[in-house]
Amino acid sequence: MPPVVEVRDLQTHLVTRWGTVKAVDGVSFSVSAGETLGLVGESGSGKSMTCLSIVRLVPRPAARIVGGSVLLDGEDLLTKTEQEMQRLRGRKVGMILQDPMSSLNPVFSIGRQVREPVAMYHGLRGRALQERAAELLAAVRIPSPAERLRAFPHQLSGGMRQRVVGAMAIAAPPRLLIADEPTTSLDLTIQAQYLQLLEELQRKHGLAMIFITHNLGIVSKICDRVAVMYAGRIVETGPVRQLFTSPAHPYTRALLESIPRLGARLNRLTAIEGQPPDLARLPAGCAFAPRCPHVMERCRVEAPPEFAVAPGQVSRCWLHATA
Amino acid sequence: MPGDTEAGALALSEVAISTGPAYRSRNIPYVSLGIITVFVLLALLAPLLSLADPHDQSLRNRFKPPVWEEGGSWKHALGTDRLGRDMLSRIVWGARVSLAAGVVTVLVASAFGAAVGLVAGYYGGRVDAALMRMTDATMSFPVILLALILAVTVGPSFTNVVVAIAVILWARYARVIRGQVLTLMHLDFIAQARLAGAGAWRIITRHLFPNTLNTLVVLVTLQIGYVIIVEASLSFLGAGIPPPTPAWGSMIAEGREFVTSAWWVSMLPGLAILLVVLAFNLLGDWLRDTFDPKLRQL
Repeated sequence: MPPVVEVRDLQTHLVTRWGTVKAVDGVSFSVSAGETLGLVGESGSGKSMTCLSIVRLVPRPAARIVGGSVLLDGEDLLTKTEQEMQRLRGRKVGMILQDPMSSLNPVFSIGRQVREPVAMYHGLRGRALQERAAELLAAVRIPSPAERLRAFPHQLSGGMRQRVVGAMAIAAPPRLLIADEPTTSLDLTIQAQYLQLLEELQRKHGLAMIFITHNLGIVSKICDRVAVMYAGRIVETGPVRQLFTSPAHPYTRALLESIPRLGARLNRLTAIEGQPPDLARLPAGCAFAPRCPHVMERCRVEAPPEFAVAPGQVSRCWLHATA
Repeated sequence: MPGDTEAGALALSEVAISTGPAYRSRNIPYVSLGIITVFVLLALLAPLLSLADPHDQSLRNRFKPPVWEEGGSWKHALGTDRLGRDMLSRIVWGARVSLAAGVVTVLVASAFGAAVGLVAGYYGGRVDAALMRMTDATMSFPVILLALILAVTVGPSFTNVVVAIAVILWARYARVIRGQVLTLMHLDFIAQARLAGAGAWRIITRHLFPNTLNTLVVLVTLQIGYVIIVEASLSFLGAGIPPPTPAWGSMIAEGREFVTSAWWVSMLPGLAILLVVLAFNLLGDWLRDTFDPKLRQL
């Protein structure tokens, strides 16, 4: 089965006062229908920028997509006109953002906001529109949806609002759903419910899903494959189980080690030494070299290519070079 | 901002704060609403009220004092002016001019200004820079000067007064609305709308504009008073509503030579201006405190 979305060598640059920043530097991955890809990495590693590039909504005028291709069902999104993109957004690619507190328009009722995309995508009106909106709320497990349609955003809790946003995102339903840290600002119990809900929606509509997070626990729960990003590049990718049990890249290992574990008799939390890199002044070779415990001479000079370390697992590190 | 008129209104609201702080915003300003209602009704119903013709001159009845002064009569309850025209009737007809000028000007200015502000804030970058420089330039131009130029070149008229004030006043709306749009643009629901496939027009009209309505209503109310003052000033200078149409500003001007002998000719229209402007400002203050406390400095 061909993948729903295939990103090839995506390059997005930010032009800032301090120089050009390669926010996304040659990222490639693909996601099939029904599959969930987890994008993990520190803040500023380019996770969100990658996804905004897919829907072509990078912050203008600073950011510019300078290369690569994004194939959605075989069509390159980067060559589309803005008008064609507008018709694709929401209909083909849905996205859920992080902050449920501001992701709904405070002056309109839930009903009006849920009806808007439905009317836009399906041209429904009147009673049919109202019923479809209530169905959508029911689909995201909102109790008594018909009444909730009359509520205003401030009358709902964060978890409820995030459900409403989810309902709007699957109104089409789209082929690809991008969730950008959708559970970060929710309570833990609500988080679990919401993740379950996302999985359920994915199964029902056969969505390809990209899940952005820095929470590795969530990744292990709902993702099929993981891509670890560092300084605008994917440094390691592989099936979840594989990557969690035998991480290949030193950065992935460090990430996994820094998860605090219950019962582990540690006095201090394990941290990754050093600072996240200044993207405007990246070192010549591997971006992780200054913080890497296994750094070699070669790492500082030459950027590592991809090495296949196991079936489906790829790592960008000179450690795997069989010299 | 309308410095002099604001100062008075603010001083009064300070007093109100000290007497009933907690429930202040719930106290509907009945007095202001009452004054405004009375003047609006008078203005609307002026032709139906059995008032004397405001243009009827009678040199025998010049400078008749109001009814409560010695020599006054109910025939001219508020006296007559230097041409023997009935003051009450002229003040009522004058309310039509003042209120119409205030409302029309503010509506025109706010519609244009809000549009500019929405576009500038939404597109940002060069569009924003260009529109805001235009706004700055506009704000640096004195209203009175523009009105005088119009009056001299095209001749004074109601339309010219409205045009002269609106052409300058829109800039304030553009500024304030742009500022609001800038903060709104950072909120996720705008991003979410875009992600759902909404275009510029839909985002501006459906998402940004409704979120600026509170501010607009407050600004509009506060500015009606200001415009009434400016219109009166222009009429006083002879660059506003041309005679013989009764306008409060020109009535003050006509009576100013006789202030010592016939105070009512100038004072009564002045009192009308004071009441109406004060009422609008207090109402605006209340609206602002109730709907949009962040606008304090306006």
